[in-house]
Amino acid sequence: MKRVLPLTVAAALLLGAGERRSGYDDAGPETRAMQDDDAANPAFLWVQQGESLWAAVEGAAGKSCASCHGEVARMRGVAARYPAFEPKLNRPVTIEERINLCRVDHMGAPALAWNDDGLLGLSSLIGLQSRGAPVAVEPREPLLSEGAKLFRERMGQLNMSCAQCHEDRAGLKLAGSLIPQAHPNGYPEYRLEWQGMGSLYRRLRNCMIGVRAEPFPPNSREAAALALFLAVRANGMKVETPAVRP
Amino acid sequence: MVRVLINVPKQIRANEPFDVKVLISHPMESGQRRDQVGQPIPRDIINHFIATLDGETVLDADFFPAIAANPFLSFSVVAEKSGTLALTFVDDHGVTQTELAAITVT
Amino acid sequence: MTLPRRRFVLITTCAAVSPASAKPAEVATLIQALVGDASLKDGLIHLDLPVMVENGNAVAMSVSVADPPSPVEAIHVFAEGNPLPRVAVFRFGPRSGAPRVGTRIRLATSQTVIAIAKLRDGSCWRDSVDLLVTLAACIE
Repeated sequence: MKRVLPLTVAAALLLGAGERRSGYDDAGPETRAMQDDDAANPAFLWVQQGESLWAAVEGAAGKSCASCHGEVARMRGVAARYPAFEPKLNRPVTIEERINLCRVDHMGAPALAWNDDGLLGLSSLIGLQSRGAPVAVEPREPLLSEGAKLFRERMGQLNMSCAQCHEDRAGLKLAGSLIPQAHPNGYPEYRLEWQGMGSLYRRLRNCMIGVRAEPFPPNSREAAALALFLAVRANGMKVETPAVRP
Repeated sequence: MVRVLINVPKQIRANEPFDVKVLISHPMESGQRRDQVGQPIPRDIINHFIATLDGETVLDADFFPAIAANPFLSFSVVAEKSGTLALTFVDDHGVTQTELAAITVT
Repeated sequence: MTLPRRRFVLITTCAAVSPASAKPAEVATLIQALVGDASLKDGLIHLDLPVMVENGNAVAMSVSVADPPSPVEAIHVFAEGNPLPRVAVFRFGPRSGAPRVGTRIRLATSQTVIAIAKLRDGSCWRDSVDLLVTLAACIE
């Protein structure tokens, strides 16, 4: 059994014989233009909020993010490594989980909900510090293989797996929309469909509801496993946070 | 108070038009959507926007629900000298917000 | 792992767009009221919109009038296929550098968008774009 799993992971990571395409490459020219111009990219409204929160003192410890981390520019390259291993949970965690762990453990501040604008602000601000850098996530087991398995597992009333759309049919159309390869290199991102900002977790939730499956709970092991698998699959691609997608 | 991002070019020459870009954090609820139980979500938008430079009008705009969420606006300004650009917008509740940006003519 | 059927129905309901849409006739009436007795000609004003719209929630639009014979007082934008026909009105003041504006608009469906420029000399100019609007496949 142990010998089979790495092969499954390797196969899933290969993405067929074709090249890897970012969601940016598959988006229309207007959407790309929105991402290319920081003055026109609505995600920067959240980045601005992140900047305020970074400096804000919050919680029983009387600290801000800046108290420990200094200027946010020092977070350069950090987001590119996430999901990264967290000893406390004995598994890789997403950047959002990491931010909440910092808040709870070091600031004595409450954790922020998965769709909280403040959390999106912080994760987009930190992600921005890695923009242009290659995704460089450690392929940590056993979570990576769990994620690979989830990627290929059929789920929901529609009984479809991630792979059926995003690997087998990437580049084809689903109801007029182009199916992307589903790389997470732009998250958190401004999605025109949402008319707002969202994390990778929001998108995974979106997809699972789309196939009429009960979505994995926020901050769950499964959600982290899928996030890890997707990130490792995108290793080497450029971080585009905060991206704009249709 | 909603978040506003104003982008003004660094190099501005007297009497030469330059573009200002604005992003406003606002859902611009159109009034056309329905919620999870089928009830209409009431309209709630920014309906008026005015940009002035030292009190003189640059642009005076009426917005309708067809303006997208998190409104973006790009418009041209011409200045003779350094001054203050004031952006004021009003929403459906009559709440007014003004943001200022320095215009530095080099 | 599966959702109850009732919740499935509600999710599709909240994704539905309002059934009513402005007819071209309604927009024509609004334009007629705007133009009045003045001349309305095609040209001079340029309405820039993508012909193929990836997502109707935010469509980049710019309107501009190049070399107007008389100052541009206002630009009015209409959407024939939206539930409400008006999109925006832009009035240019003395500190305006040029009669041009960029913004992002919502389009409910494939349709024609029309821009009318009113000049100080009373003349009116028109441009329009016919476009196709697609929506995302998987809705939250």
